[in-house]
Amino acid sequence: MAKVTIDGHTIEVPTGTTILEAARMIGGPIVPPAMCYYSKLKTTGGYCRTCIVKVSKGSEKDPRPMPKPVASCRTTVMDGMEVQNITSPDLLEARAGVVEFLLLNHPLDCPICDQAGECHLQDLGYENGKSKTRYEFDRREFEPIEIGDKIKLHMKRCIHCFRCVKLAEQLTPERFQGMLNRGDHSEISTYIKHAIDNEFSGNMIDVCPVGALTDKTFRFKSRVWFVNPEDAHRNCSKCAGKARIWLKGEEVLRVTARKDKYGEAIDWICNECRFDKKKTSDWVIEKPTHIDRHSVISMNHYESLKDLKQDVDKQQKQLVNKKVNLGQGALNPNNSI
Amino acid sequence: MGRQLLIDNINQTGIHTLEGYRTYGGYQALEKALRMKPEDIVAEVQKSGLRGRGGAGFPTGMKWSFIAKPPGVPRHLVCNADESEPGTFKDRYLMQRKPHLLIEGMIISSFALGANLSYIYIRGEMMAQFHILQNAIDEAYAAGLLGKNILNSGFDLDLHVHCGAGAYICGEETALIESLEGKRGNPRIKPPFPAVSGVWDRPTVVNNVETIAAVVPVINISGEEYAKIGIGKSTGTKLISACGHINKPGVYEIELGVPVEEFIYSENYCGGIKDGRKLKAVVAGGSSVPILPAELILKTAKGEPRLMSYESLGDGGFATGTMLGSGGFIVMDESTSVVKNLFNFTRFYHHESCGQCSPCREGTGWMEKILRKILDGRGTIADIDLLWDIQGKIEGKTICPLGEAAAWPVAAAIRHFRPEFEEYVKNPQNIKDVKHYYRLNNLQEA
Ligand SMILES: Cc1cc2nc3c(=O)[nH]c(=O)nc-3n(C[C@H](O)[C@H](O)[C@H](O)COP(=O)(O)O)c2cc1C
Ligand code: SF4
Ligand code: SF4
Ligand code: FES
Repeated sequence: MAKVTIDGHTIEVPTGTTILEAARMIGGPIVPPAMCYYSKLKTTGGYCRTCIVKVSKGSEKDPRPMPKPVASCRTTVMDGMEVQNITSPDLLEARAGVVEFLLLNHPLDCPICDQAGECHLQDLGYENGKSKTRYEFDRREFEPIEIGDKIKLHMKRCIHCFRCVKLAEQLTPERFQGMLNRGDHSEISTYIKHAIDNEFSGNMIDVCPVGALTDKTFRFKSRVWFVNPEDAHRNCSKCAGKARIWLKGEEVLRVTARKDKYGEAIDWICNECRFDKKKTSDWVIEKPTHIDRHSVISMNHYESLKDLKQDVDKQQKQLVNKKVNLGQGALNPNNSI
Repeated sequence: MGRQLLIDNINQTGIHTLEGYRTYGGYQALEKALRMKPEDIVAEVQKSGLRGRGGAGFPTGMKWSFIAKPPGVPRHLVCNADESEPGTFKDRYLMQRKPHLLIEGMIISSFALGANLSYIYIRGEMMAQFHILQNAIDEAYAAGLLGKNILNSGFDLDLHVHCGAGAYICGEETALIESLEGKRGNPRIKPPFPAVSGVWDRPTVVNNVETIAAVVPVINISGEEYAKIGIGKSTGTKLISACGHINKPGVYEIELGVPVEEFIYSENYCGGIKDGRKLKAVVAGGSSVPILPAELILKTAKGEPRLMSYESLGDGGFATGTMLGSGGFIVMDESTSVVKNLFNFTRFYHHESCGQCSPCREGTGWMEKILRKILDGRGTIADIDLLWDIQGKIEGKTICPLGEAAAWPVAAAIRHFRPEFEEYVKNPQNIKDVKHYYRLNNLQEA
């Protein structure tokens, strides 16, 4: 076991637990946002850098602070470790920087994006970003790609989280998906465009944090806040059959996996359940879904965040005021955090 | 001129062949090493104070002592010959002229680490050197210096040269390992470090070409003697690839501790600035290290002469110092535009970013665009501040140090040459270099 303190909350966790998982055990506003980590998929995390935290004390044995912010989803706790997340204005400023980078080339086409309302990037931007972009250049463009007949890939919305790649690697018998090209030209591709064709490929829609991978059977049918999510199940020979159906009146507009409060699928579902079972009679409805942390479809979601947001704003203002005239040589930028 | 331990006899005809190399004392260190115990070789390297020549300057003996030794699991040594940092061209020179020095170093180091299968990962563009190395390896196999039971010592070693496909990022050790395994060269997320899980998930040591080559003289003259060369914790000799506005560009072997002023102006080394012009700035250790203006590269902020050593070049931190880095010494005279130079470096890092992590993927391209705008004469003062802010938001937040490599040059150029950026913004008409503008935008000159 190891004792770790995050923003003043102390918890004892099994050795090998990551800082992010420890923070989730504590819960509340101190949990760092995670755009690429996915607890159900191996080797995810480390890419997006939104979950960075400041380690102000390495461990009981070696109390030195870590020189750079670390990705909390990939860093395991040490006994006696002390971590700062929302209590460090410097860190929040750094995270705002990461959010700005993630949004830099994003098309901001939320009004025509099916993910709007349940998009983690929207939440992230609202909770951790700034209201204005400083980017004035053309954004990357990609033509949408069809991945089989049920899934559409809008590469320009992709945040390169690698979740869909890891899913293809771990859930489907053969991997067809990967990253092409390099740097800010890199793109998710299926190499052979229509190659993804297996029972569980639809789950990549659920793991995608943004509107890059969307369900073609639900395309433009409705905004998600006008549909009613219900937990439902059916007898399925391929998967556990435990899903969430999205109803408008009597019509099932779409089927997704059930998600936990961090937006992660609880059980993977097969493509038959997802794409072909679109009648209420296909399903046994259990109960209306309680939607927790993420997404605007949860009522008053952003209200509860207001306090945190105001506090962050205040701290950031202090930080800006504290800044001396930069660029004059006296300040070492390499000690910024 | 100081002692030469690496490039001695490099101009002798035939030294690239096994026979030629042996004529000048080649493979004597190997014979000596094979009579030693592996741990004694590691101890000798520790005593020598040899530090990694790939850029970071990490003590080699210590690195070797960290390698995990789980029973029954093979270990590997990988030589990093991906040399692609702009301004650095020392490894290529060594491999081209004295391939057997590297091979001898590889055999000794593999023996010390208990590795029976080792690799040289060479940059894709260095086809000529690839063939030179392959020929040298073939010679070594034929002479019983590689393969089974080397020189009847009972030690077996297979050595492969593997050719990269031309990506700077594959010089980062974990990207190199991925690429060597046949995958896309993306840096791995650490931990685990290669010393625990490297090539094929086995304990691996990655060392630079020059580091491995330097093991040969360490064994030849003993670690203790080697440590007497140099200054303080910067022991031994170092290859410096000098380029830019100097009279005698080329690869020099220096004893660490030579004053920078002597290195630039002495006839033994760079031979002074070209056409009698004045020195403006130096990038002392390859494109990623902070640029320093003339007054700070010749003397530290305290007014002491700056020396070619890890400590002296680093004196003053990044506020007034820089790094020895890989030894790519780029000299700029008074006619050079620091802004254009920075644009060039930034364009390089943007092009080479692997794209895995957000700050580097997005930030490098953004910085390039802003610099292009400033060069086009459309920049604003706010753009300069924005550049400063962006580099700070990349630095320290990425998976691998390429993020820093892209951020540091921007920070240093603005820190030391801000007025020059402001001149581009305020008086673009004075500065616009039409040729450069056309080249940047791929236009035909009218
Ligand atoms: C982007 C990047 C590129 C690098 N390129 C090289 C290279 O071309 N050659 C090299 O020896 N080391 C390079 N390095 C450093 C290696 O990661 C590694 O530290 C080095 O090979 C270790 O060898 P040494 O201890 O002998 O210096 C690079 C590092 C980074 C982050
Ligand atoms: S398509 Fe979606 S899941 Fe795949 S990398 Fe992009 S954002 Fe992540
Ligand atoms: S810092 Fe750049 S090169 Fe390194 S892993 Fe991140 S995106 Fe790739
Ligand atoms: S969630 Fe940790 S880096 Fe993306």
